[in-house]
Amino acid sequence: MRGFKLEPRLHPSRKMVYLSPLIAIGLTLLFGMAIFSLLGQSPVKAFHAFFIEPINDWYGLGELLIKASPLALIALGLSVGYRANIWNIGAEGQLTLGAIAAGGVALWLHDSDSHWVLPLMFVAGALGGMAWAAIPALLKTRFNTSEILVSLMLVYIANLLLSWLIHGPWRDPDGYGFPQSRLFSDAALLPNLLEGTRTHAGVLVTLLALGVALVFFRWSLLAFQMRVAGLAPRAAGYAGFNQHRMVWTGLLVGGAAAGMAGTSEVAGPIGQLLIPLSPGYGFAAIIVAFVGRLHPVGIVLASLLMALLYLGGESAQMQLALPAAVSGVFQGMLLFFLLAADVLIHFRVRLTGTKRLAAVIVPEH
Amino acid sequence: MLILILTATVAASIPLVYAALGELVVEKSGVLNLGVEGMMVIGAVCAFMVAAETGLLWLAVLAGAVAGALMALIFAVLTLSLMANQVASGLALTIFGVGLSAFIGQAYTSVALDGLKGLSLPWLSSLPVVGKLLFSYDILAYGALLAFFGVSLFLYRSRAGLILRAVGESPHSAHALGYPVIRIRYFAVLFGGAMAGLGGAYLSVVYTPLWAENMTAGRGWIALALVVFATWRPGRVLLGALLFGGATIAQFHVQGLGVEIPSQFLTMLPYLATIVVLVIISRDANVIRLNAPASLGQVYHDDVH
Repeated sequence: MRGFKLEPRLHPSRKMVYLSPLIAIGLTLLFGMAIFSLLGQSPVKAFHAFFIEPINDWYGLGELLIKASPLALIALGLSVGYRANIWNIGAEGQLTLGAIAAGGVALWLHDSDSHWVLPLMFVAGALGGMAWAAIPALLKTRFNTSEILVSLMLVYIANLLLSWLIHGPWRDPDGYGFPQSRLFSDAALLPNLLEGTRTHAGVLVTLLALGVALVFFRWSLLAFQMRVAGLAPRAAGYAGFNQHRMVWTGLLVGGAAAGMAGTSEVAGPIGQLLIPLSPGYGFAAIIVAFVGRLHPVGIVLASLLMALLYLGGESAQMQLALPAAVSGVFQGMLLFFLLAADVLIHFRVRLTGTKRLAAVIVPEH
Repeated sequence: MLILILTATVAASIPLVYAALGELVVEKSGVLNLGVEGMMVIGAVCAFMVAAETGLLWLAVLAGAVAGALMALIFAVLTLSLMANQVASGLALTIFGVGLSAFIGQAYTSVALDGLKGLSLPWLSSLPVVGKLLFSYDILAYGALLAFFGVSLFLYRSRAGLILRAVGESPHSAHALGYPVIRIRYFAVLFGGAMAGLGGAYLSVVYTPLWAENMTAGRGWIALALVVFATWRPGRVLLGALLFGGATIAQFHVQGLGVEIPSQFLTMLPYLATIVVLVIISRDANVIRLNAPASLGQVYHDDVH
């Protein structure tokens, strides 16, 4: 027999909603230390290299912002759909399409020094991401096709599209044959925000999105309907909420956010089109959305944590000669532990063998 | 030439057959495991590592299956014991699997390996046309056919299969009848993981005997789409896998026919085909509703109704 039993709570525990991410972080750290030990590293030294070293100066903190910004932006967009159980998991592809659209504008206006180049790039990037997200939305509403599988297939197609562009029509004529576009002109590059760091103005776009999300979730009727549809689909059905509108909203908002994140990347740290564009931001943002409880403030905190995992992976690669992929392992573990800890929101753990006192209080269903 | 294309198509379809048959059983039990890609890629890297270290291909294949099942165990504990959301848990499994495989496989990216060779059956393999078409594959390819018959017979001709389907249709009724719903689902999920691991092992030790980061390239997701395409019937899984195998192989031969298309667009073919096929199948909502296991993807707990 198992040593414990899960009993349903009468009401979800509010305390656990906030505690479970902390438990998950704690367990991830614990297991991470264990893995480092297994690899023959001193856990203390590894901990320092992974979590302290990357952010112990201004430059490092700037890097943290640069990585957290696209993660938060994409996760904010995804959370709109996830609240209504609309599972857009193709943000990575929408990011790529946004970058392609924005990059197209940058290359087309290469000789311009107008202040309108950057805004135009962001509009194009958002539209590019939305166009890519519109495909699963259209197929879902018209043909009932799974948005999960379609949006995911489109990630591979987007990458191949970018690969074709930088190998073919958009290849840099002076690039010695390397598969990359020419460098963007200054007018197409995001200005630096903080002296001594690489922090660029793309962070402001994320902050703007954060404000919009807070207002949207707090005051819009559509956001409320989507929340209800996610929690109680049948109730939403009886109430006559427009399912198609929710699917379109969920996917298009996610696509626009991912497209703008892609724009920030190519107009910011990268400055041209090449492969790879992103170290899996579109997928990591899915974890950010969950760890952040689909709430804007939670998402911002979770994005900082995930950005730290990326930086830690790079630092572990340089200082401990560990493969950078170790950050993906940490990211996956974090989500596992969060999902596991979430059981405590709806259930309480009771050790078997103790008196069945709880059975008196909790009525059998 | 045609025979070459056909045999290549069959070989390309084998990993999909394994992974999709496994996922079919999982979904028939009412569980939706979106982590197939993660289980496959872990199966691929583990099989390759064992093959490179020991040279024993049978052990490598076994290691792939076990590794896939271990990954599935994480998913099972999360979704079956701890009642976590199945969609999120499956995604986590894929993200974790892709990261972990790149991590543990890094030292093996430039290792060469003698892959599993096709069988050379006395007399049969040397038959004209038929010999090449039917009797030239490796043992794992025939294993996939065996798995197809095994899964079909199990699901539709055995009592255990009937119980598994009952659990997928109505776990509460099955529980009321005294069947251990959670335990049955555990077995189904572990079987699915082992099959995905086998599919991954086929990729890394037979199909292209090498290890490269992310070498499954979305095949796990295509396997998931195949289950929908097959409307949860094993026979159609086999047919669908051949279709996708054909789309994979087509990219190598279209250019040979003198058609000037950039290679990237040809590489898109399997992914595009997946979307097109999904649309065709999903268009009729009734087909999906009638065939999909009724409790697919829903959280189940013995005490909660």
